[in-house]
Amino acid sequence: MNAPATATNLKPQQFKSDVKPVWCPGCGDYTVLSSITKALAALEVRPENVAVVSGIGCSSRIPAYTTCYGFHGVHGRALAAATGLKVARPDLTVIAAGGDGDGYSIGGNHFLHACRRNVDLTYIVMDNRVYGMTKGQPSPTTEPDWDSKLSPHGTGLREFHPLVIALASGANFIARATSSDPNGTADLITQAVRHPGFSFIEVLSPCVTFRPEQRSWKDMVHPAPVEPTDDPARAARRLMTDDGFNIGVLFAGHRKPYRPEASASPKRVAELEAEFVL
Amino acid sequence: MTQAAKAMTSVSVALAGSGGAGVMTAGNMLLEAAAQAGYYGLMTRSSGPQIRGGEAAAMLRIATTPCDSVDDRYQVLAAVDWGNVARFAAELPLEASSLVVGDPAQGEPPEVFLKSGARYAPVTLKATAKKIPGGWPNMVALGLLGGLIGLPAAALRAAVEKSMKKGGDALAASLAAVQAGVGEAAKIGVRYPLAPAPARSSRWLVTGNQAAGYGAIRGGVRFVAAYPITPATELLEWMAPALAQVGGTLVQAEDELASINMILGASYGGVPSLTATSGPGLSLMIEALGLGVAAEIPIVVVDVMRTGPSTGIATKTEQADLNIAMYGLHGDAPHLVLAPNSVADCLLTTQWATHLAETLQVPAIVLSDQFFGQARAVVERPADVSFAGARQRAEPDAADYQRYALTPTGVSPMAIPGTPGITYTADGLEHGERGTPSSAAADHLAQMEKRARKLDSIDYGEHWAEIEGEGELAVITWGSCTGAVREAFARAKADGVSGRLLSLRLMSPAQPQRLRRALQGVKRALVVEQSFGGQFMRYLRGEYDLPCELTSFRKPGPLPVRPDEIHRKILEWSRA
Repeated sequence: MNAPATATNLKPQQFKSDVKPVWCPGCGDYTVLSSITKALAALEVRPENVAVVSGIGCSSRIPAYTTCYGFHGVHGRALAAATGLKVARPDLTVIAAGGDGDGYSIGGNHFLHACRRNVDLTYIVMDNRVYGMTKGQPSPTTEPDWDSKLSPHGTGLREFHPLVIALASGANFIARATSSDPNGTADLITQAVRHPGFSFIEVLSPCVTFRPEQRSWKDMVHPAPVEPTDDPARAARRLMTDDGFNIGVLFAGHRKPYRPEASASPKRVAELEAEFVL
Repeated sequence: MTQAAKAMTSVSVALAGSGGAGVMTAGNMLLEAAAQAGYYGLMTRSSGPQIRGGEAAAMLRIATTPCDSVDDRYQVLAAVDWGNVARFAAELPLEASSLVVGDPAQGEPPEVFLKSGARYAPVTLKATAKKIPGGWPNMVALGLLGGLIGLPAAALRAAVEKSMKKGGDALAASLAAVQAGVGEAAKIGVRYPLAPAPARSSRWLVTGNQAAGYGAIRGGVRFVAAYPITPATELLEWMAPALAQVGGTLVQAEDELASINMILGASYGGVPSLTATSGPGLSLMIEALGLGVAAEIPIVVVDVMRTGPSTGIATKTEQADLNIAMYGLHGDAPHLVLAPNSVADCLLTTQWATHLAETLQVPAIVLSDQFFGQARAVVERPADVSFAGARQRAEPDAADYQRYALTPTGVSPMAIPGTPGITYTADGLEHGERGTPSSAAADHLAQMEKRARKLDSIDYGEHWAEIEGEGELAVITWGSCTGAVREAFARAKADGVSGRLLSLRLMSPAQPQRLRRALQGVKRALVVEQSFGGQFMRYLRGEYDLPCELTSFRKPGPLPVRPDEIHRKILEWSRA
């Protein structure tokens, strides 16, 4: 922790704060936190030049567990806050993070438009297909027949497919990761941050408390059998037909990141009033 | 034959017609001509619900003194055609000495306008325009109105030239049509001549929305997130190129939830930020305003109020968002609420709001309204004030830095991302001094006290209210009612009745001691507002200990509060 203030060869541990997580033992989010810190070390950035932005939910607690600047906002609006921050402060590395309920349900509209807008930031969703903080309600990615107190016998609704939605909405980088492979996830996060534009990583991150059966995900995941594509049509077919456990970069496009154009005729503030003067 | 008419210090005229008739264009030119001639003026507009092609009315008041209010009656109503213009009857009160001008080819004027006793003068606007190749009836109407109120030909000419910079045949045709209109005016035999224009001064022609946008930029705002909504859209549209020119950025957001959270993100990044909206948008922003309070992130939200509840009447004014702005946030959430009191004051108030928000690290809501926002006015050039962003920033590597440290003022230096050695997490969760989430009662109380203390830590100075006049009688008001009240007092003075005008600019935090001092010697106060439920009256009763008898004068939108209503009330009351 005593590295010189300009050093960028920091260790992953130096991106981890001393705040104790609220997560349950065995929660997948612990390893996602490790993956983020590994990625930041690999990216050779300084914690003060990184902002981790989140909404509400178990995984949304993650900003305070890093030594980066953190923003723990309101439910569902992580991407909006992250967008404002990155556009106003393009010099920062901005990572938005959260869960499936936060990102796909209450924050669904922002997810669509963040993909469309293609601001150069990285969005990590820790998907456990359940609302954990409120103790076990179905989320948009929950199976339709999953029984719960709030939706007895299941919601009867088909699952939301975040990767397909991201592709259709214009995300520039789409990957699936698993919390059972911290190094692999760190590598995907590193690639995502380096990739220009909006990068989306869906991390399968089990909820051992409300979805203990998700412990078996670690045996179901497998590397994506094909190389990343930059062809949205191929990516769409791949995402629509995969088994949901393909791990790796599934799409990497070339869209130009959003960057507001500087004015061709800059003015001093006082010059703006000329149009009002009689 | 033109009868000798007494010169007037204020004339109100309206020009109506169907969409495409160009009444707004002509209205803007008339205002510009009046400004060129050295007069003050105010133009408001009314239009039907159609997106395009509906009836519209340009309503102008031109005067020898600044106009902060509409007048009681219109002296002239001219219509290019009558279409659905009767729809505006309630907004266009006439009197027996008024004049209604219409094209006989378009039929008779609606009865509702004539029952005032106003004289009807048929003028063949269309046929007159037709005689001029490329001439348009609205330009004939412009000349007619200019002639009726005695605007110099040179001023009319200058206004037309200014708005038709391409010149050529179109300009020549318009000038000829205006000239023909002036000729038609002379034939009517009635005039409403303006008294000579006052001495020249440095003036602006500006809308309240533009003034607010410029005030924000002067205050330091460099990031705006925008979601379109009537009647705030023009503020955002004005800011888009202006911000870019001064190195700032505007992002169009996907909804109001996004726009408020975007500005919180940007301001957390150290860039003073603003959004503008109206009631429906403010309702959506309330949760995130609370985040700004808890996480101590300064932002400015300009609410250009319109008639509510729900979608209400999107294009009309009302002062009924006071409750939600003051009390809409859940939890105890001290924040700033300010209200401009004139079109020009939208500049100062928004600039001051930005300065206060930045100084106190707290959200500020600015309650403008549709009247201010969309009215175009000739105003004295607003004074330069030095209010600018003044956020306390934490030093790099500050020892034992705590973002939410319990300082004596309640304001604690803010770490800005990029600054080494003092990283923290901004949080809407209750937290301790360091920012770490805490559910401890002691932390909650200490942080609540800190957030409340901040707002009392500075001297708000003279700008908290406008106070004018003396007497045992006072009118307490706010926002766009202020102009009508000021004019009512001016008239009452002529009747030998004087009183004190108090218009509050700083609504939150309330300034009970200041108001008490301002009301010293006042026995009775009339509370004037444009809300059905008396929100301002309830606010006064709730926030202040008022030493005098109170009476409420209130009405909802969309009709403006007119000086005559207040004048009568003041007289009635002074005799009671």
